[in-house]
Amino acid sequence: MKISKEDVLKVAALANLELSDSEVDTFRGHLDDILTYIDKLNEIDTSGVEPLTQVVAAAEDDSALRDDVVVRADVITEVLQGAPDPEAPYFRVPRVIEK
Amino acid sequence: MSAPATWTIPAVRAALDARKISARELTKEFYSRIGERNPELNTYLALSPERAYAQADRIDAAIAAGDALPGLAGVPVAIKDVISTRGIPTTCGSRILEGYRPAYDATAVTRLEQAGAIILGKTNCDEFAMGSSNENSAYGPARNPVATDHVTGGSSGGSAAAVAANLAVAALGSDTGGSVRQPASFCGVTAMNPSYGRVSRYGLIAYASSLDRIGPFAHTADDVAAVMSVIAGRDPRDSTSASVPVPDYVGGLRRSLHGLRIGIPDDYFGEGIDPEVRKKIEGGIALLEKLGCRRVSIRMPNTEYAIAAYYIIATAEASSNLARYDGVRYGPRVPGATLIEMYQKTRGRGFGPEVKRRIVLGTYVLSAGYYDAYYLKGQKVRALIAKDFREAFEKVDAIVTPTSPVPAFRLGERTANPLQMYLADIYTVTGSLAGVPGVSVPSGKTSAGLPVGLQIYGPAFGEERVLQMAHAFEQAGGPEL
Repeated sequence: MKISKEDVLKVAALANLELSDSEVDTFRGHLDDILTYIDKLNEIDTSGVEPLTQVVAAAEDDSALRDDVVVRADVITEVLQGAPDPEAPYFRVPRVIEK
Repeated sequence: MSAPATWTIPAVRAALDARKISARELTKEFYSRIGERNPELNTYLALSPERAYAQADRIDAAIAAGDALPGLAGVPVAIKDVISTRGIPTTCGSRILEGYRPAYDATAVTRLEQAGAIILGKTNCDEFAMGSSNENSAYGPARNPVATDHVTGGSSGGSAAAVAANLAVAALGSDTGGSVRQPASFCGVTAMNPSYGRVSRYGLIAYASSLDRIGPFAHTADDVAAVMSVIAGRDPRDSTSASVPVPDYVGGLRRSLHGLRIGIPDDYFGEGIDPEVRKKIEGGIALLEKLGCRRVSIRMPNTEYAIAAYYIIATAEASSNLARYDGVRYGPRVPGATLIEMYQKTRGRGFGPEVKRRIVLGTYVLSAGYYDAYYLKGQKVRALIAKDFREAFEKVDAIVTPTSPVPAFRLGERTANPLQMYLADIYTVTGSLAGVPGVSVPSGKTSAGLPVGLQIYGPAFGEERVLQMAHAFEQAGGPEL
C-alpha cells in the first residue's frame, strides 16, 4: 500500500480541503493505484538529467522583463461585486486575530 | 429536423460582402440554433446576447459605411468557460465559481473581438479543465452531437461540440494534456494546440501553468489558421508568451507536401489502441504518402513514462493554482467558525471529486519527503520526453499519430476508474510536456460512425507546417476515409 487513510487526511488538511469519509476511502484507493503506476518512473535512470520546469526559458528573453510601473486598474467595484462578503474596499473574513 | 447549415469563416465573409445576410441576422440564426439544440447537448453554460448583438451591429455599421472589415468580421464564436470574459459568467465548470463574472477579458478574447468575431457565449468543460470526457462538469456533461449517448471528450467538450453541431463557426478551448485535440477527435472537427508560448494565457484561468495553452476549434484547417493568425503573438501581460514572429498561417496553407518527411513513432502503435482507430490512422498515413510525404519510422523511447510524469507535474501545479478558491474573493462561501474551517468547508463543498483527487495528489507529490521522488523526477522525465521530440525533429518534418487510442465512448462507461481514463491521454500528453504544436484532423469514422482524429505534431513554433499538412489532408478527403 502506497498511501494510508491518514496520509490522505494529512494532505487534505495541508490543502485546506474538507473530505467526507467516503471520499477519503475512495480517494485512498484511487491514489494508491495512481502512485503505484507512477512508480514506473523508477525504471529510468535520470541521473545527470536537468529537470525541465518550463519549455520557454523566459529569462533568456529580455522582453519578459518589464519596468515595474504602477498602473491603475479601477476595477474595485466590479471585483467586489463577485465577492461573497465584501465591505468596500475590503473582503471580509472570519476573525483571525484575537482581541 | 434538417441539420443546420455549416458556416465557415470564408462563407461568412462572402455572405456579408454580398449582403446576403447581416451580422445581426447571422447572430440571431446561431442563437436560434442554440435555443433548439442546447437543452439536449448541454454545450453552452452561458450566453452573451447583449454583447454579441452590440458587436454584430458594429460590423453591420462598418459594412453600411463601406469600411474595410477585419479578418473575422461577423464570425460567431464560442469560448470555453475557463477563459475570462468581462461581465459574462465564467465558472470553469465548477460550483466554486458559481456566479463569478470576471472584471476583464482574456487577451485571446480581446483579439478575437478586435478582429470582428462575435462572442456567443461560454462552453461546457470538465471542472477546471480536469478530465477527458466533460463528465466532470458540475453542470452536467456536454453530449456528443455525432451520437448523443456518447461523451464529447474533454476537457474542452463544449467547444468541440459547439462547432460539430454548428452552434458556432469556431471556438476557443484550452489544452493542458490533450483537452483541445481529444474532444476535436471525438466530435469530428479540426483543432490545434499551439506551441507553448504562442498564444497569450492572460485571462486563461490556470490549471497547470507550465502546460496550459489556448487553442482553436473549427470545421477546417483553413479556419483554424485564420483564428490562429488573430490570437497568436507576444502579449506583455503574459511573460511566457513568445516574441517569435507570427507567420501568415492562412497564406501558407496551399503549399505542396511533396518531399516532407513524416515520422511514425513505433512506440505509439503498441497495445491499447483500438483496431478500428489503428486502421483509420494507417489509412490517413497512406493518404499523406500519396500527397508526397515520405514515411519514416522513428523511436520515441520515453513515451511510456509520459502519463506518469504528466500527472505528477499537472496535479502539483494545480494544487498550487487552485489554492486561490477559498471563499474570500469570488464564488459562494460556506461559513465556518474559524478562517481555516471556512476555507475547508468552502473548498470541500465547491470542488467536485476529480478536482479534489488532483489537489490531494498534487499536494502529496509536493509534500515534505516526496518532492524529489515525485516532482523532481517528473521534471527530469519531462526533459527526456522533450529530448525525444527534439531528436525526432532532426530526422523528420512532422510526427503523425492517432489523437486518441479510442473513439468517443458512452456516457458513464469509464468514470469508475480514473487511472484508466488518464492512460488514454497517452498520444497528447507527450506533446504537452514537450511544448510542441499539434493539430487533430478528422480521419474517417469507425463502423459505428464515430469520428477518428489524426494528430500531426510539428517542432516548437512550427504551426505553419502542421496546418498546411492538415489542410492538404482535408482537401484530399482525409475526413471521409
